[in-house]
Amino acid sequence: MRDLKAGKITQAVEELVRRASFILRKDVLFVMKKAYRAEKNIRSRNILKAILDNAEFARKENLAICQDTGMPVIFAYLGQDVRIRGDFKKAVNRGIASGYKKYSLRNSIVQDPLLRGKPVFSPCIIHTEIVPGNKLKLILLPKGFGCENKSRLKMFNPTAGINQIKEFIAGAVKDAGPDACPPYVVGVGIGGSADYSAVLAKEALLLDISKRPSKLEGLLLKMINKTGIGPMGLGGKTTALAVKVLTSPTHIAGLPVSVNISCHALRSAEVVL
Amino acid sequence: MKIINTPLCAAEIGSLKAGEEVFLNGIIYTARDQAHKRIVNSLGKGRGKGREIPFNLKGAVVYYCGPTQTPKGRIIGSCGPTTSSRMDAFTVPLLRKGLKGMIGKGSRSPEVRAAIKKYRAVYFVTYAGCGALLSRHVKSARKIAYHDLGPEAVMELKVENFPLVVAIDSLGNDIYERG
Repeated sequence: MRDLKAGKITQAVEELVRRASFILRKDVLFVMKKAYRAEKNIRSRNILKAILDNAEFARKENLAICQDTGMPVIFAYLGQDVRIRGDFKKAVNRGIASGYKKYSLRNSIVQDPLLRGKPVFSPCIIHTEIVPGNKLKLILLPKGFGCENKSRLKMFNPTAGINQIKEFIAGAVKDAGPDACPPYVVGVGIGGSADYSAVLAKEALLLDISKRPSKLEGLLLKMINKTGIGPMGLGGKTTALAVKVLTSPTHIAGLPVSVNISCHALRSAEVVL
Repeated sequence: MKIINTPLCAAEIGSLKAGEEVFLNGIIYTARDQAHKRIVNSLGKGRGKGREIPFNLKGAVVYYCGPTQTPKGRIIGSCGPTTSSRMDAFTVPLLRKGLKGMIGKGSRSPEVRAAIKKYRAVYFVTYAGCGALLSRHVKSARKIAYHDLGPEAVMELKVENFPLVVAIDSLGNDIYERG
């Protein structure tokens, strides 16, 4: 057993908040630059340039990349040989609240979804998985809600063809249209259960988008980029930067598919304790 | 590039064409979901506590924006546009009362498009997801109403060369209308 003080977790989360909010992910920057060079439409090129300039300015000036500093989502991979001294959830949420305050981010969280009320900084969503080992890996994904609003879940029949599934995924992007800050990164979760496919779709957004796509991911990206929505919805061939798919075993009676769209400001940061 | 000023006058609005890029100078007001709901609820209810419209709607430009907290030493934090379509349900009554410009991101409903044409107004989009960059065009910022809404409070912003694209012009031409 290895002891890990809750205070350490708070500190680490506070730092994740800073990194995720001010510094655009390396892989996202890499693919964005590639898209900028490949884009022929002049207006789309200018928009991609503005996105790159924005990332540069945010990093230099310690400013949030986007004013929607997201619903913070933490993916925690907890080694089974770690013993946390203190309250894990409280420690994470303390780090979120103090980080968001310290770095002047936005208080976008209301305590009651129906009564709403004055927005505050926390709590965040925490997905925890127990894994082998004696380390704790934390990934923070501050998810903007303009794009979260475009999420989709469909329970297909197990006999559904791959084309129906592809149409559904590309359809989710078409429905989002210009509204959710394209160029998008499209997270897809296939299999599991209704709830689990939705978690997978979000977790897919954590994958390195500069890595070579799978055959399905490549086909989906082509399909999506043929829609011509383009950066800011003003046309061009860059509607999505990448599609990432995670799959899971599922039931003989079903085929859940979830889509979680991210805006171009796909932000996340990770730490291993 | 064409420069336009607030409050927007009829001639200026009439000269704007969908797809055109312009810079905006002057005063704009931030308002998003909850502020819209409150303003529309206050309309037509007469004067009284809690019923004041936070700014003069005649010729005004609203910006669908909820900035981050203001970092020390800056005028405003990151301040990009939010999704306009969420404000669609509240937009027609505001246009009827004299609102002339809206700044946001994404498409609008056919009802809003028709009302923009009817009341000779204009809908702009600006660089979405570029809130850090846009903060450089804000020269002053102060909260003027609905402080309890936090980032959704109404703010008065003085902007300089704020970059816009005309998305729906006063004739109802819409860059996002397909087919």
